[in-house]
Amino acid sequence: MTASLLFTQLLNGLQLGILLFLLSSGLTLVFGIMNFVNLAHGSLYMLGAYFAASAFRATGSFLAAGVIAVAATLALGVAVERLALARLYARDHLDQVLTTFGLILIFNEAVRFVWGSAPVYMNVPAALAGTVNLFGLPYPAYRFAIIAVGLAVGLALYVLIHRTRVGMLIRAGAANGPMVAALGVNIRLLNTLVFGLGAALAALAGLMAGPIFAVQPGMGESILILTLVAIVTGGIGSIRGAFYGALLVGVVDTVGRAFLPALLREFLDRALAQAAGPALASMLIYLLMAVVLALRPRGLFPVKRS
Amino acid sequence: MSALLEVREVETFYGASQALFGVSFDVAAGEFVTLLGRNGMGKTTTVKSVMGMLPARRGSVRFAGQELRGSPAYRVAQAGIGLVPEGRQIFPDLTVRENLVATASTRHARGEAWSLGSVYRMFPRLREREQTLGTSLSGGEQQMLAIGRALMTNPRLLILDEATEGLAPRVRAEIWRCLADLKRSGLAIVAIDKNIGPLLRLADRHFILEKGRMVWSGGSDALRGEQALLREYLGV
Ligand SMILES: Nc1ncnc2c1ncn2[C@@H]1O[C@H](COP(=O)(O)OP(=O)(O)OP(=O)(O)O)[C@@H](O)[C@H]1O
Ligand SMILES: [Mg+2]
Repeated sequence: MTASLLFTQLLNGLQLGILLFLLSSGLTLVFGIMNFVNLAHGSLYMLGAYFAASAFRATGSFLAAGVIAVAATLALGVAVERLALARLYARDHLDQVLTTFGLILIFNEAVRFVWGSAPVYMNVPAALAGTVNLFGLPYPAYRFAIIAVGLAVGLALYVLIHRTRVGMLIRAGAANGPMVAALGVNIRLLNTLVFGLGAALAALAGLMAGPIFAVQPGMGESILILTLVAIVTGGIGSIRGAFYGALLVGVVDTVGRAFLPALLREFLDRALAQAAGPALASMLIYLLMAVVLALRPRGLFPVKRS
Repeated sequence: MSALLEVREVETFYGASQALFGVSFDVAAGEFVTLLGRNGMGKTTTVKSVMGMLPARRGSVRFAGQELRGSPAYRVAQAGIGLVPEGRQIFPDLTVRENLVATASTRHARGEAWSLGSVYRMFPRLREREQTLGTSLSGGEQQMLAIGRALMTNPRLLILDEATEGLAPRVRAEIWRCLADLKRSGLAIVAIDKNIGPLLRLADRHFILEKGRMVWSGGSDALRGEQALLREYLGV
């Protein structure tokens, strides 16, 4: 185990964390403002990836694919929110979970119907096919670009949330939605806006994940679990919480999977380590979440309620 | 004089349990009215029914000639009702300035609209604490902020639910002085408060709630004369 390998894995973890951040930011805001559980958020990510893969193939331009994927997913997300989800805000969480779980099934089947069951492969854009030199270590340029784009989006979100009027309303709404409404703000509209933003960011994540993971039905569910862990760890409703939660989950998951089995072999019998290592590594983020919640029951950066 | 706010026979429920049994009252433009009654008699429920935060099941809530029962809270607020809620409900993660600006609106502004400048002139303490987070304020400062926040929506009617509760006498006096100024400026006001004394001086008319029903209404002089009433319904 060398320092350079650790460094590479840290970067990979960071890159997964960034993807998770793009997904968690939208989901956590909708949860924060409307107290709404949207399990179908992962489906928007999947649809974004499919739209991107098709658009990339059709246009040959990664940038155009990005614009098309984001616009299409945003439109679809807003339509779903208006037509189906907005009716559920007043219902309890069980109804919301059941309906959005139903949406997952519908979206997965729809994707199978349109694109087939086999994974769709998406190439890394030619301009980012090489490697970049980070402190003397070669690292894939595309993965590096994901990190850069994610940090830029994080910065833009920070400005939106902390420096604009809409951002004030989003923060106020997360703390006390009914009061924001009682002061004359159409909180439904605000939520649709936030939902649309979340859908666009999910599509961006789908676009960027396309060349790394296989684009296939159900790809939204595995990442949804990680996203939920990131949100809960960071503190529901908080963008900052989503950011640090996502990076933490991304890094711990990636580095854990890379090094825990080897680490265990130092201490345990070889066969036992062989069996326990991967299992333990995949549990690591849940352990992380449990520890964080034991110390801070409402996550790392809880939203104050009034 | 036709009423600015006219509440008629409102019945409101918490689930299956009825809290208001045909509540009626009205407020004329520029009038200062109180809702009185002991704990749990339905004052806050009445306010929430008017605001659409807790939809009334029956009755009517007319404001400036427009029926508002069944409208969502944001439409009621947009029609020109400003709320200073029970418990202040300042947005904790927003600074004082952000609390004032976030929901501001000049939709109904007549003449000079409320602005940060005019709110800070009314409550100079808020200007000093402009960049402080809402929750770091003292109770009195939070109350001033809640009033300023409602004024920034430029309402035609201001509703204050227990605006002086838990405040030091000096701060209370400041709030009463502010309400007197607001009344003089022509703003209609509905105040709920347990301090009857200042309200008898400031308000034009009073409505007393008892177990979800309006049991008395009348002017300050009439209420002063009703010692038995004050004792029975208000415990003073
Ligand atoms: N969320 C609720 N669920 C069920 N019942 C409620 C709820 N809120 C209030 N009530 C009941 O409705 C009645 C009226 O309550 P309300 O809060 O309107 O009284 P109030 O006059 O504002 O009292 P206070 O002076 O204590 O603020 C009370 O009997 C109360 O127990
Ligand atoms: Mg009350």
